[in-house]
Amino acid sequence: MAETLQFELVSPEKLLVSEPAEMVTVPGSEGDFGALPRHSPMIATLRPGIIDIYEGGNIRNRIFVAGGFAEVNEERCTVLAEEAVPVSELKAEDAAARLKAAEEALQAAETDQARAQAKRAHDVAVAMQAALSGGQPAAH
Amino acid sequence: MPSLKDLRLRITSVKSTRKITSAMKMVAASKLRRAQMAAEAARPYAERMERMLGALAGSLAGQQGAPRMLAGTGQDDVHLVVVVSSDRGLCGGFNSSIVRDVRRLIADLQRQGKTVKVLTVGRKGRDNLRRDHAKLITESVEGIGRKGVSFADADQIAAKITSMFEAGEFDVCTIVYNRFRSAISQEVTRQQLVPFPVPAVSEEKGGEVKALYEFEPSEEGILDELLPRNMAVQVFRALLESSASEQGARMTAMDNATRNAGEMIDRLTIQYNRSRQAQITKELIEIISGAEAL
Repeated sequence: MAETLQFELVSPEKLLVSEPAEMVTVPGSEGDFGALPRHSPMIATLRPGIIDIYEGGNIRNRIFVAGGFAEVNEERCTVLAEEAVPVSELKAEDAAARLKAAEEALQAAETDQARAQAKRAHDVAVAMQAALSGGQPAAH
Repeated sequence: MPSLKDLRLRITSVKSTRKITSAMKMVAASKLRRAQMAAEAARPYAERMERMLGALAGSLAGQQGAPRMLAGTGQDDVHLVVVVSSDRGLCGGFNSSIVRDVRRLIADLQRQGKTVKVLTVGRKGRDNLRRDHAKLITESVEGIGRKGVSFADADQIAAKITSMFEAGEFDVCTIVYNRFRSAISQEVTRQQLVPFPVPAVSEEKGGEVKALYEFEPSEEGILDELLPRNMAVQVFRALLESSASEQGARMTAMDNATRNAGEMIDRLTIQYNRSRQAQITKELIEIISGAEAL
């Protein structure tokens, strides 16, 4: 078996995934990046998107995250995410409902802070729909 | 001297009280287990967050222009005290010990000429502090943890604190909560949230050179996002600890109450039997002396 790194996905409520992987691609806020074993240490922020976990050259697992942070070092890739759902469990209705709610919130937002918050929710919903349709949304 | 009927009623009432307290004890015990599990499950996130912060702060150390949430406003005039209490009572000294400590903290700060603001979480804390610090309470939150503490609750509180800080409403923020030590002991803990004391970067064992991280986008960019998150995590941790402590305190209090009720029933039963016997004796004497008089 090829060299692996320990992939960990943690939400504030619990440790969601902790397993070895050959490669992980992570949606960084400045573009996707792949983490392989012996990657140089790095800390990055994430945008809403999909984490792909590779094994044997194929994607074994796809997980949607709504933003967060990633810490990569030689033997580990740790992702801190507030919200994480396997892509197979995403539901089109949920994504549509969230998009609608976010659009309404964006319209109704009066303060800068509320607008920023609504914008973020909107981005998440858009990314979720993109994840459902199979592709990654473009980095912004 | 209470009559026999009074005693009987009293015993029934204490018995039903004992039923209630022992049921509450069981409920608290099962909730405690759940709260403890939640607290444990939340630990990995907090640990990793701390590690990242440590790495970031390590590389930012000594540089100018660290975010204000980390470095503070440079002043020390207005203090915000976040008080974590429970919504419900009947949990022994849980709320009163928190409130006592907060009172002391407020008094200390005021003596030093600081302005104090209070944000309460939980109904009991608010009600207790309102009596003599009503003007200091700027905000209060209720209804946390009815169905277990969720991160969204913590996030909401953290957002409030963050927006107050950004509006320049305070310089230093301290959260006061009951830390869970064991089911029978809680410890009132004060923790500073703003400026956040950076965890000392623990030296990797074996004198390994600490890895230098690359940052994407930049240290500042990440810190800007990480610090509010960290605030939410710290609040979340306090809420979890507090809810576990609350259940622990309630369990102990109800256990004591059940035991006391049991003792009381024993005492009342003895008293009841004695007075019943005394009454029978008295009636017998009356009959006998009545018969003798004939």
